[in-house]
Amino acid sequence: MRNFFKYVVNGIFKENPVLILMIGLCSVLAVSTSVENAIGMGLAFSFVMIFSNLFVSLLRPITPNEIRIPIFIIVIGTFTTIVDLVISAYFPELYKALGIFIPLIVVNCIIIGRAEAFAYRHSVLESVADGIGISLGYIWAIVALGLIREFLGNGTILGKVIFSGFDPAKVFTMPPGAFWGIGLLIGLLKWFEKRVSRR
Amino acid sequence: MLFISASLINNIVFMRFLALCPFVGMSTQIETSIGMGAAVTFVMVMASVVTFFIYYYILVPLNLLFLRTISFILVIAVLVQLVEMVIKKFLSSLYKAMGIYLPLITTNCAILGVTLLNINYGHNLIEAIVYSLGVSLGFTIALILLASIRDRLSYSEIPEFWKGYPIVFISAGLLALIFLGFQGLAH
Repeated sequence: MRNFFKYVVNGIFKENPVLILMIGLCSVLAVSTSVENAIGMGLAFSFVMIFSNLFVSLLRPITPNEIRIPIFIIVIGTFTTIVDLVISAYFPELYKALGIFIPLIVVNCIIIGRAEAFAYRHSVLESVADGIGISLGYIWAIVALGLIREFLGNGTILGKVIFSGFDPAKVFTMPPGAFWGIGLLIGLLKWFEKRVSRR
Repeated sequence: MLFISASLINNIVFMRFLALCPFVGMSTQIETSIGMGAAVTFVMVMASVVTFFIYYYILVPLNLLFLRTISFILVIAVLVQLVEMVIKKFLSSLYKAMGIYLPLITTNCAILGVTLLNINYGHNLIEAIVYSLGVSLGFTIALILLASIRDRLSYSEIPEFWKGYPIVFISAGLLALIFLGFQGLAH
């Protein structure tokens, strides 16, 4: 059980997929225009991440080594299709906002990377822990970016106005703001890490 | 018009945020950017054509639309392998130039993204080919631009915490701002 938490925490900070490993950036930058979209994308991603880790680990004894990558892709594709259909049926507005990035979860390098690097070599429980950790790491990165961009670009957080006298800079909800936001976040994380390790 | 729109106005990297992994990872040198761009162009056009036929002649008649994502990604993976084998056998000089980039392309989300967008926009076969050519040109331009900037950045003095990725993203943001200007072309 101790290991379980170790793997979870590992995904949140030390191996944060977005801010440290720099993979799976496409969806993070594209849908973080508002906090709401960011949360939706984070949950859709987590579902696919956790279940594909679980199934890759479960199927490990019967997976031939030579064709493991196509098998990973089929597992991930199955769960992506489930998420795609569920969101389009029950949350049509969110589906419109996330658009093409839901089917694109299937080529998200984070998921296939974890399947290959972790789930294929660890037990089921450990793989689920890793899936949860990586998902939480992804969610906090995308929500943080969503907060920065929605606040600076629109003056709101989750649709509520925070300061009435604040004049928002629209550019932050547009593509350039996404690049600046993520650059800022990575820089801050580096600075923070340095401060912590100096103590 | 479709070509210009795909390459400049809706640049795949700066406006649609696809293919960011190779954009950040491969843009360290100008030569590798060109190699990557060529490989992406090649695969993207082929993938657009093949998925076009699969979608309209297999999935639609059989009413299997929910298999779209899975079938497309498998087709792309097979296609990349096939292209790699053919080039290795018959065009070994070309293989040397872009061989190492080919396996990376399977997980390049721009390829799957473009094939899905072709379906979403209802492009016909010619439009799909023109669109994928435009997109890959846009991708190559973006890659070369960033590679040139990174070349210059390596000689400049940057505050410690901005070194590496943060400054790359800030530069990419400025490039995106410039590409935002192309939106005026649409009117």
